[in-house]
Amino acid sequence: MAGDHEVAAINSVQFPSRVRVIACARVGVILLLGALLAMTSLAGCATPTPMPPGMFSTYLGEPQRPLVPGNTTETEGGKVIEALWTPLVTFDERSRTVTYDGAAESVTSTDNRRWTIKIKAGWTFHDGTPVTAESYVRAWNYTALSSNAQGASYFFSGVQGYDALQGSDGKEPAATRMSGLRAADPTTIEVTLSEAFAIFPITLGYYGFDPLPEAFYADPVAFGKKPIGNGPFKADTEWVPGRGISLSRYDNYAGKDKAKSRGVVMRVYTELSTAYTDVLAGNLDILHGLPPDAYGNAKDIFKDRYLEQPSSAVTSLAFPLYDERYDDVRVRRALSMAIDRKAIVNAIFLGTRVVADSFAPPMVVGYNAGACGRWCEYHPDEAKQLLTEAGFDTSAPVELWFNAGSGHDSWMTAVGNMFRKIGLTYKLRGNLQFSEFLSKRGAKEMTGPFRSSWVMDYPSVENYLAPQFATASIGPSGSNTVFYSNPVFDAALADGNRAPSIAASSTAYGKAEHILAEDLPNAPMFYGLDQTVWTQRVSGIRYSIIGDIVLQDVIVDGTAV
Amino acid sequence: MTRFIIRRLLLTIPVLIGASLLIYAMVYALPGDPVRALAGDRPLSASVQAQIRADYNLDDSFPVQYGKYLWGLLHGDFGKDFSGRPVLETISQRLPVTVKLTIVAVVFETLFGITAGILASLRRNSFFDNLVLISTTMLVSIPVFVLGFLAQFVFGFKLGWFPIAGITDGWFSYLLPGLVLASLSMAYVARLTRSAMLDSFSADYVRTARAKGVGRTRIVLRHVFRNSLIPIVTFIGADIGSLLGGAIVTESVFNLPGLGRAIFDAVRSQQGPVVVGIVTMMVFFYIFFNLVADVLYAVIDPRIRYG
Repeated sequence: MAGDHEVAAINSVQFPSRVRVIACARVGVILLLGALLAMTSLAGCATPTPMPPGMFSTYLGEPQRPLVPGNTTETEGGKVIEALWTPLVTFDERSRTVTYDGAAESVTSTDNRRWTIKIKAGWTFHDGTPVTAESYVRAWNYTALSSNAQGASYFFSGVQGYDALQGSDGKEPAATRMSGLRAADPTTIEVTLSEAFAIFPITLGYYGFDPLPEAFYADPVAFGKKPIGNGPFKADTEWVPGRGISLSRYDNYAGKDKAKSRGVVMRVYTELSTAYTDVLAGNLDILHGLPPDAYGNAKDIFKDRYLEQPSSAVTSLAFPLYDERYDDVRVRRALSMAIDRKAIVNAIFLGTRVVADSFAPPMVVGYNAGACGRWCEYHPDEAKQLLTEAGFDTSAPVELWFNAGSGHDSWMTAVGNMFRKIGLTYKLRGNLQFSEFLSKRGAKEMTGPFRSSWVMDYPSVENYLAPQFATASIGPSGSNTVFYSNPVFDAALADGNRAPSIAASSTAYGKAEHILAEDLPNAPMFYGLDQTVWTQRVSGIRYSIIGDIVLQDVIVDGTAV
Repeated sequence: MTRFIIRRLLLTIPVLIGASLLIYAMVYALPGDPVRALAGDRPLSASVQAQIRADYNLDDSFPVQYGKYLWGLLHGDFGKDFSGRPVLETISQRLPVTVKLTIVAVVFETLFGITAGILASLRRNSFFDNLVLISTTMLVSIPVFVLGFLAQFVFGFKLGWFPIAGITDGWFSYLLPGLVLASLSMAYVARLTRSAMLDSFSADYVRTARAKGVGRTRIVLRHVFRNSLIPIVTFIGADIGSLLGGAIVTESVFNLPGLGRAIFDAVRSQQGPVVVGIVTMMVFFYIFFNLVADVLYAVIDPRIRYG
């Protein structure tokens, strides 16, 4: 530090004022000393930013869409929506049945096509206006109408009259209200679907079906920054990109699951590692999702403040059925059986994934344990034999497609090396941005197995089967990226939709899943596992069926509000 | 001088238009469909996709798209991102963060860099000179994210001297990220100062001054340092311009919601108007601070005249 004092001494010599730069340097030295002083005097004073009493903070990735239930189709924005809104129905994980702890009193139908939704009276939006059947009907029509460009529009495609709300080739939509939807009285919504759909009540738990207050229509953009919902928390601040949003307990909340804290600050982090350091230091209360380098020891560090639970994500290796090389089911089975899933889970994911044995994860209604059967097990010899039988050309490499920058390289490389063990060569095609990958995938340009993943919107096996494999989901709008089309499979799905009860529909969906397993259009690889850690300030952390933290149940400092 | 400044400022107009055209073209040329990427792995109705394309002119040819963008600019409309948020709002929310970070970084790099450079040049080959040489080599060779996480872990977490992340502690939040961000430039400034000083020491006017009996302190500051300032000012001017463009890595590590992250996200999601708006502004800053440096030359060295 002696050097700095010397400069200060040199600078005390008087200079003509003309020499501004040097004068600046003198000011600079004073600033420098000031800065050093500030550092030393403040050293040890950087206490964690205090949270208002009774409030807690939680990690949030940057939402990509406006915070409107019908427009937020991605997970991060979804977390905010789930705190601000209460869905129509809830779901009991143990009994796997729809429960009416949400905004709906009952959802009934005699033919599974004409549904009557009774909503509970006395609910209000955060701006004090009442929640009525019309709040739902108007919101659903708004979401469905194509000129409003809402992401969840396709959720209403089953409602009668949906097509009239879709414009095409620059033409305005023919209607603005779906004919199959009406508010019979302030607490009754009548929905007529174009076809019977037994599991309709399960789908109503998805936040795309949440109501909107009148205030939304006046200024949708402003609403998307500071939403007004019907849930246990209300927005106190606008959502600022890169920063987050602050929510507080809604005292007039009519539901049973009132918030047990004063509020929650949802803080946006761009680096998971930074968020993790902040939890370790006690600056952030709840972190859902861990950085890869923390997988190894988070459990030991946080002990009883660590929770791991299966998520709804299913990752698979999908086959381009349009490519004649992968047209033969024996080839697909062989490639699937050549993969030692357990080894990948242990070596690459350090146990933070679960080996998949079915097309949908265990938490959904209608889950079939082991539906994929032998084809998802590791049988390299049989795989080799099947390839020979199928006459697979082993001279050309198997091209493996995935998007860059999301950590898929490592497990895809492992898959490639396992293919090598059965006498194949491989080539990684992972030098693609996500949007480019999606475009190529939609344009049938995958020349080999590709990464595919799916998370659910509602807990039914149907949500994994129909969007990914039904013929109706093929096309520019759909998510049937393997271009699988099997009338028998479609018929089995339709049987499930028409079934008289949810239980009966599960049986039919099970049949569909077995057909799928025989055809193996994609090879299920693993189910996701979510980790959450939290500080000593908070307790009562649990996951919802969708896999997010139930924020209203979080208790701060041991005392519920 | 005034004429010089006005001419230079007028020259920025074609540069900015050219830059915006180039950037817009580059975003346009990115492979992949931004609307498809909006939905990710989820489905998005064809009719909704068509609507979004229409809303953002994505179906138009490049000249038409760019023309519509320029037309909007003339009316003060900088466009909006895919969530409907105006680009100007994004800039106004994020620019203050980046400006604060830049100020802290520039103060650090100027103070520490110049001080270290002067002292090293005064005691050539001394212990301190070697220390500066070794420490600057280290700073230049360590990647900034390593330095960032390291500083965050040691000073933020272990010692608790600084906030770990975020901007909730006012200027105090910017000290550690500013220091990390400044580290590379600090090293350059130190070396630049040292070598420029050493060059000037052997100049004729220094010998003359010495022969006249001018004191050492006065020689060092008035003759040697002042004449060494031009390359340093040039470097710092350019550096301010580029720091204002946002520092993606430092911002991410310390979770500062500045421009760097915004531009990164916008490029990745191919949001033309957002990228062009922010980058054009960066280009303007860059030109502006280089102009400031040029003007400072004349202040530092009376032999330089503009006109």
